[in-house]
Amino acid sequence: MNRISEFLVGLLFGLGLMLSGMTDPGKVLGFLDLAGAWNPSLALVMGGAIAVGLAAFAVAKKRTLTFLGGALYWPNNTAVDKRLVLGSLVFGAGWGLAGFCPGPAVVSLASGQPKAAVFVVAMLAGMAMFALAERWLRAPRD
Amino acid sequence: MTIDWIQFTPYTALAGGVLLGLASAAFILLNGRILGISGIVGGLLVPLKGDVGWRIAFLLGMACAPAVFGLLFPADMLVAPRIDADAAVLVAAGLLVGVGTSYASGCTSGHGVCGLSRLSPRSLVATASFMAAGFLVVFVVRHLLQGASV
Repeated sequence: MNRISEFLVGLLFGLGLMLSGMTDPGKVLGFLDLAGAWNPSLALVMGGAIAVGLAAFAVAKKRTLTFLGGALYWPNNTAVDKRLVLGSLVFGAGWGLAGFCPGPAVVSLASGQPKAAVFVVAMLAGMAMFALAERWLRAPRD
Repeated sequence: MTIDWIQFTPYTALAGGVLLGLASAAFILLNGRILGISGIVGGLLVPLKGDVGWRIAFLLGMACAPAVFGLLFPADMLVAPRIDADAAVLVAAGLLVGVGTSYASGCTSGHGVCGLSRLSPRSLVATASFMAAGFLVVFVVRHLLQGASV
């Protein structure tokens, strides 16, 4: 039951990204280009998503189990720290360079976009580099 | 400020956004998870026992979206993506997105949609930061490096 639901949610999310136009990096960069011909589409995408999300998370916060009877995995990190800000700035810089963030890149890869494949492989490499660096930094040394 | 009225697609943007919200809603209410793509993908690189199946199921669903979209909507609904970046820029951008989202524990979906929806101060700071960096980089690339003509 959970696996079916997770699959369908992934499908719905992918459809939302495609319908909204977020799989078109040109549209994303059009939003980020305030000084050029500005494309407000992304603001409506975020607005529509958050309007639904606000109601859903208000319900979820009051529950101890999901509607399928499972656990709720809330993020437990509430720190507003250097990692958060620096990481987000680095992410935003990459987003502004190519117009891809992780979700649309994954969907574009699935639709057979060679350029999205290049981006996703590099993104996975970046994530792996980070994971290795963290493991190395945290490893106990004599 | 000038608005690009030709590329501005308010109805599909809003409708697509609502679908993203519904997916995020279903994920927390049915599966108890925050819908964040960088976290879902990144968790597969350092797999933990019992923490892999849900990620695979979700990503398989996402991977089916292009095929299902073709069945549901007429062909002209999907605009051809405009990807100006060449391979070198795509590699640089991918590395930055991979490292940055790992360091910040989230991207546009986890912090931007879910985090703001659950009124997380942490996600508000993250979203403001990646938006600011995105605005700045596009300004530098399009208006300082390439000149105002682009």
